[in-house]
Amino acid sequence: MSSPGDQLQAFLERTPYVRFLGLRAELSGDVLTAVLAFSPHLVGNTFIPALHGGVIGAFLEMTALAQLFIVQPPGPRPKTIDVTIEYLKPGRAQTSYARAQVRKIGRRIANVHVDAWQDDPNQPFAALRGHFLLSTDELS
Amino acid sequence: MSGGSNILNELAERMANATPHSEALGFRFISVSPGRGSIAVGWREDLVGDPDTQVIAGGVVTSLLDHTCGLAMAAAAADQPFSTATLDLRIDYMRPAAPRVGVTAEAHCYKLTRTIGFVRAEAWDVERSDLIATAQAAFVLNRPRT
Repeated sequence: MSSPGDQLQAFLERTPYVRFLGLRAELSGDVLTAVLAFSPHLVGNTFIPALHGGVIGAFLEMTALAQLFIVQPPGPRPKTIDVTIEYLKPGRAQTSYARAQVRKIGRRIANVHVDAWQDDPNQPFAALRGHFLLSTDELS
Repeated sequence: MSGGSNILNELAERMANATPHSEALGFRFISVSPGRGSIAVGWREDLVGDPDTQVIAGGVVTSLLDHTCGLAMAAAAADQPFSTATLDLRIDYMRPAAPRVGVTAEAHCYKLTRTIGFVRAEAWDVERSDLIATAQAAFVLNRPRT
């Protein structure tokens, strides 16, 4: 069976919306870094110009889901229950990076924090905290 | 106020289509009134988030809710010159959208202070009574210095 990293890449490659955004994932051991190359169709404010707030939210959420994909044994895809996106400063017209931290993982629910940055990992421009449902069969 | 609805209509046009990302997603303006706005996005093959179910991606719903909240903010203070920035956006996902179906959102700016706007939004696929997601956002208003 292929590694979680290979499975993640395969999943990302066959998801149309991931291609639409231009999102990719780099995996080094268990550490996943999501990379979003800048593209003009991601702009939400043409004056600055800055990334659309929804793009930033989507990027952070995909990072959390991808990280859960890595730490979780194969099973149903985790589902987002809720997310809070904090916007710290505009996302500029350049490549963005994000890394997730699984704060708690239980039998059914995971709590994940994500930070996104552009130049300096210690100066994030946006952050997410969210809850994700791991096993759907129990609650449905 | 005379001219108010013209301002709102211009605003709606600008908010629904003018940003490259909302255009790329194919956002469609539905309605605007003081403090309220509604926008829809159609299902499209390249916006699918799960190839096994053909459901529109959660990220598209996030963008739609953020954008619709921004429209409601602008519609709450259409006669004042300002720009807004999102402080935070919380989204609760009740359920995935139905396969191969688009999403509609409506947002309401229910409180506007001198510096902050508070907005709630709802998103649904088929029936408004059966929501797929709700959102709560806070925006900061940047007014020109006088």
